[in-house]
Amino acid sequence: MNFGELTSLLTETFGEGLMLASHTQHLQPQLQVAPERLLEVTEFLKRHPSCYFDTLSCLTAIDNGPEKGTMEVIYHLYSIPFHHSLVLKIEIPRTEPRVESLSAVWRTAEWHEREAYDFFGITFLHHPDLRRILLPADWEGFPLRKDYTEQEYYHGIKVRY
Amino acid sequence: MESKEKMSTERIQYRYEPGNLYKSEPLVRELSSLEPDELLVNIGPQHPSTHGVLRLEVVTDGEIIKEVIPHMGYLHRCFEKHAEKLPFNQIIPFVDRLDYVAAMNSEHAYAMGVEKMLGIDQQIPKRVEYIRVLVAELNRIASHFVAIGTYGLDIGTFTPFLWLMRDREHINRMLEWVSGARMLYNYIWIGGLYYDIPVGFEEQCQELVKYLKPKLEELQTIVVDNKIFVERTASIGVLPLDLAISYGVTGPCLRGSGLRFDLRRVDAYSVYPELEFDIPIGSGAMGKKGDCWDRNFVRVQECRESIKIIEQCLQRLTGDLKRDRSFDPQALVPKKIRPKQQDFYCRAENSKGELGFFFRTGTGAGADVPVRVKVRACSFHNLSVLPAISKGVMLADLIAILGSLDFVMGEVDR
Repeated sequence: MNFGELTSLLTETFGEGLMLASHTQHLQPQLQVAPERLLEVTEFLKRHPSCYFDTLSCLTAIDNGPEKGTMEVIYHLYSIPFHHSLVLKIEIPRTEPRVESLSAVWRTAEWHEREAYDFFGITFLHHPDLRRILLPADWEGFPLRKDYTEQEYYHGIKVRY
Repeated sequence: MESKEKMSTERIQYRYEPGNLYKSEPLVRELSSLEPDELLVNIGPQHPSTHGVLRLEVVTDGEIIKEVIPHMGYLHRCFEKHAEKLPFNQIIPFVDRLDYVAAMNSEHAYAMGVEKMLGIDQQIPKRVEYIRVLVAELNRIASHFVAIGTYGLDIGTFTPFLWLMRDREHINRMLEWVSGARMLYNYIWIGGLYYDIPVGFEEQCQELVKYLKPKLEELQTIVVDNKIFVERTASIGVLPLDLAISYGVTGPCLRGSGLRFDLRRVDAYSVYPELEFDIPIGSGAMGKKGDCWDRNFVRVQECRESIKIIEQCLQRLTGDLKRDRSFDPQALVPKKIRPKQQDFYCRAENSKGELGFFFRTGTGAGADVPVRVKVRACSFHNLSVLPAISKGVMLADLIAILGSLDFVMGEVDR
């Protein structure tokens, strides 16, 4: 299925209100959905016999900076048997970034979401084990946020040199 | 005397405080929550069989493992933060350092992604593409040699490690001849190559292929088909296919579980559609499908397929794509790399699985550097399945499972 067929299937099932925007002008079209409906949409996409998105290739979080005041989470879905892919995007407020965890749908999401939490401070609700994954547990701040400034000392070591 | 002492304390950059260890990477399982029979064993981060700096928190009941909790990040070098500040071509050396035993493959994936965004991926000369595939496949063999060699080391066979390191050395020297570096090459550039392959490389490569072929036979008979090796690895660490797909496991680990899925065929990128090669899969010949033996078997078979690819590349590179004085591998390398503003995800088959790069590019003055680069690291996913498949196994088998997943911590931690 290509992007157009997938979007029409999703609008048929979930109604017009689901899609907030679709960006088709680029090489890889994206579909923006409401964050609160993400879980049901992804579950549908995984189970539906003609979609069957059995893998989550990648999960990326992006901070748009304090001026825009939003963060994005981008999901790259891929179906091994049908060899088609879909890019889902959600936008969440920067002040209180939280979104439903997808680790129940794809286990891949578990570590990816921990990474997004680690670098961006996005809270994934109902995540089984939301801890920092790459940084030390007592690191301060979220380094990939646009307004991040590193702490001065970490365990007595000067961080900035 | 007093001033001397003062100086020495001022020089101390880090004052050791044992409590800091528990603050920076605390245990997930509280010691008080352990059952009377349970024992908490810490493996790593400095342990040879964790293949780098991985720390495992293992809860055991006698010899049986109840829970494994990996702690990563000891090799975190802020790749994604660095990438936000660097032009696209200057990121390539950092990409090398992700999977440092298969740097050519990573570079290939990265360069292809940026080329697709620039729209020059169709114009890359065939000779450049064939050289890229040639060096990437050489490096894939080297990477598999490290995987199988160190795996042998983990489970108690020392000689194959030395043999494989010796053979890998020949490949490393070839790649050093090409690029000037032994492991971290910066050879594949966006839009081309750093330099054409040196004069005489093709002939030397033919020699290498001739040398490697019997060595692979030897590897198969002495290591993989060895009775002791089979008994140590067969039916251990069985990774069912559905679990593998759910955890995003790719590469030889996924193919070991019996799915013929290789991005070189599926996505048909670069010149792979023009090349003849098979995709070996595990069939459970020695035990159950998807066990440690299958994964290693697939790696050895893949080395043979890579040799087939190398032979075909050499045939083309000495045939219709012959060395030519007018050939300039840097002809298409753009002076300024400014892709259109977009989000782009590109993936390629690394020696360990699907290596993906997600790019978001900027506009205007910020177009020279990416807004965000995210690495979808194959080792990261291959490692994530470890807690799921090592429940209820023996403690010694944990090391066997760990080694068979073949991850590189440089890529896990980025």
